[in-house]
Amino acid sequence: MTMASRPPEHATGAAEPIVVLRDITKRFPGVVANDRVSLDIHPAEVHALLGENGAGKSTLISILSGMQRPDAGTVEIRGRTMRIASPRTALDLGIGTVYQHPTLVPTLSVLENLMLGASWRAPMNRAATRARLDEIAALLGIALPEDAPLGSLSLGQQQLVEIVKALWRGEKVLILDEATSMLTPQGVEDLGRVIERLRDAGIAVLFITHKLHEAVRFGDRVSVLRQGRKVGSLSPEALGRLAPQEAIDHIVDLMFGGTADRTGAERSRAHRARAPGERMVIEVDGLRPAGDPDAAGEAGVSFAVHEGEIFGIAGVDGNGQKQLAEALAGQRGTEAGRIVLDGAAIEGLSVRQRQHAGLRYVTDDRLGEGTVSAFPVGLNLLLKRIGDAPFWRHGIIRNAEVERHARALIAEHDVRVPGPGTPLGHLSGGNVQKALLARELDDQPMAVIYNKPTYGLDLNNIHRARRAICERADEGVATILISTDLDEILELADRIGVMLDGRMVGIVANDGDAARRVGELMIGVGARA
Amino acid sequence: MSQGLLSDAFLISLIAGAVAAGIPLLLAGLGEQVSEKAGVLNIGIEGMMLFGAYAGFATAFGTGSLWLGFLAGAAGGLVLALLMALFCVRLGLNQIVIGIALTLGADGITALLHHVQFSRTYPRLPRVETLDIPGLSEIPILGPSLFARHPMVYVALFSVLVLTWLFRKTHVGLNLQAAGDKPDALDAAGISVVSTRTWSVLFTGVMAGLGGAYMAMIGAGIFVPFMTGGAGFIAIVLAMLARGRPLWVLIGAFLFGASLSLTTALQVGGVNVPTDVVQMLPFLMVMIVLVLFARRASLPAALGLPYVRGQR
Ligand SMILES: Nc1ncnc2c1ncn2[C@@H]1O[C@H](COP(=O)(O)OP(=O)(O)O)[C@@H](O)[C@H]1O
Ligand SMILES: [Mg+2]
Repeated sequence: MTMASRPPEHATGAAEPIVVLRDITKRFPGVVANDRVSLDIHPAEVHALLGENGAGKSTLISILSGMQRPDAGTVEIRGRTMRIASPRTALDLGIGTVYQHPTLVPTLSVLENLMLGASWRAPMNRAATRARLDEIAALLGIALPEDAPLGSLSLGQQQLVEIVKALWRGEKVLILDEATSMLTPQGVEDLGRVIERLRDAGIAVLFITHKLHEAVRFGDRVSVLRQGRKVGSLSPEALGRLAPQEAIDHIVDLMFGGTADRTGAERSRAHRARAPGERMVIEVDGLRPAGDPDAAGEAGVSFAVHEGEIFGIAGVDGNGQKQLAEALAGQRGTEAGRIVLDGAAIEGLSVRQRQHAGLRYVTDDRLGEGTVSAFPVGLNLLLKRIGDAPFWRHGIIRNAEVERHARALIAEHDVRVPGPGTPLGHLSGGNVQKALLARELDDQPMAVIYNKPTYGLDLNNIHRARRAICERADEGVATILISTDLDEILELADRIGVMLDGRMVGIVANDGDAARRVGELMIGVGARA
Repeated sequence: MSQGLLSDAFLISLIAGAVAAGIPLLLAGLGEQVSEKAGVLNIGIEGMMLFGAYAGFATAFGTGSLWLGFLAGAAGGLVLALLMALFCVRLGLNQIVIGIALTLGADGITALLHHVQFSRTYPRLPRVETLDIPGLSEIPILGPSLFARHPMVYVALFSVLVLTWLFRKTHVGLNLQAAGDKPDALDAAGISVVSTRTWSVLFTGVMAGLGGAYMAMIGAGIFVPFMTGGAGFIAIVLAMLARGRPLWVLIGAFLFGASLSLTTALQVGGVNVPTDVVQMLPFLMVMIVLVLFARRASLPAALGLPYVRGQR
């Protein structure tokens, strides 16, 4: 069912829409980010805008918030066509936006951040600002430390300051772009309560997310964007008629056009050719990564991974996963603990020595520490073997060997690239990840650590990367899979460890009940294992 | 040490010299501080000082008025700052490349203009009349060196207070800090990053021009090509180390001023040290200060980065 061609819907009974986007088109070099998208936003209603990464959600709302100009299409506010030329215009119209990327100044206090934006000639009126802050805080049902530097607040509190700021000049329309992406599960719950209060106060909320369950949980109305096009929407009445599971099935159909496999977990795990072996390949005992005292637990992290096993490490981002991965790979020192690879202690070895011993690390920072954008793909594929024979001899690079090696890997991993000489920076995100996987999985790894291997990829490349991970595990590679995407871990892992505040707070087998127990551990309510 | 070192003559000469050499650094350093706060690393400030020095000197020489000279100096700095703002803020070109180009250009143009106007002569301006502050100027040692100066000295000192107030108590201060630390936040708040930065760069030009004019008209009394001799770069260092506080620019400017004037002061005090050694002092000082404090310098997060709305 496609509703893109229908005129903007008018919900019976509900108030007239306060904002109507009509046939908005926005092109960037090489992509049509929005293709004739129409959207209604009603007062006292949460409109969830759902779509995968890159679907064009942020672009659409940046047009409404005055950050970008549409190439075609109109914006109507209360029935009148408006040109929103700048963020200020949008704010003056009562349209406040909480952007996906934080837009507060960490070095200014909460109060100063809220004063930002007044005319430079205006006197600085702290008392009035405080009063308005208290007013909005009361509306939201929250309290904020007004004079603390913003950078010292938790991400959840910073998010609330963003909302206060968005509502500052008039509480009519609030746009939230991926507002939950940095929050803990508890923070998401708190945000949910705030959103409900705002809706009940008559504010129109546009809630943007790429997470289906959030759209269903928060949205009174749901619209789905896919590759720049609106592929359908569910009115409040339609949503009310459907049972939750039916609604989800319906939306999944809209999002993925029926191509997605909803039973990914069963399919992927069934694809595993063999069960994990008995032999212990990696043993980590009491490991405490150096640095970042807040991210390193006292007791240290302990776990073991068998041959051919996928050990998933779940947890909300920033709970010490990256530190753990880097300590395992040798990029970060350790304060205590042992790492044993295939019977030999490796915690004293350098990055390079650990690689030679068979340990590989697929970083999540693909363009930062993972690759050199200006180098050709061929050289990037050998980045960790510079100087080694047969590609270098007596310090001189042998281009024929490098190219032969690159062509083989490019073919094997289906990296879409004109040739080994193309600078890696010209590749799309999915192909960069393919190249990175090709490099790390080359040359007989014994154990591989993946850090967020599918983060930011499109659906196709996500499946491809997951399949590559499974295939390697089937070949006997001991696999540590760090991911903040719980679905991914549930789909791939044999056992799941959960990290919280730098500690491994529990390890559970990936059976029917795993999702609930892992979820509890992630937010700190599960029993300690 | 010989008694000459602590003689009145030595101290008066040292403090007076510190002020004379420190005021240009103070003016330029305060200007640089404003544009750095807003996120623009103004390497062209050396050239702006030189423009100010030439324009100020030539005007004062022609009209006999120091105040017209200061006006011309400010205008001279402003002209280069307009170019800087156009290229680096409006067009988003690389601030370091443009800054160096402007400085090199100013070196050449002022030397050429000086040659055309004065050939190989270096005429002097008449002695500067001072504004003696009643009472204070009679204090021994400090009186003559601090409180019997050209009024511009007091203007420069006063601007430390003004900027401190501006940074702490006004929206201008908030806007500047946001433009340097998180420009997209300022933009999202409905304030133009480009115009905030443009104004800050123009202000830097005016301050640097005044500093250069002071250096030529009052500090030296003559104009010599390339006479700023790195003062602009010292001002950049001062602004970076001051972490956004005008008072620290003041302290730094006078410390550097004192080390610059040490040669003369030593000679006045009757101590003979090779001038080459003493002239190295300011630069030695820069290095020592950098080694000691550079790690503490916390620069605005977006310093040196052009801002383009909606770009990622
Ligand atoms: N400023 C920009 N310049 C070029 N391409 C852009 C820009 N902003 C977004 N895009 C592209 O537009 C598409 C939609 O992006 P976006 O709106 O951010 O998606 P979403 O928010 O749904 O993840 C993507 O392909 C993205 O790469
Ligand atoms: Mg987005």
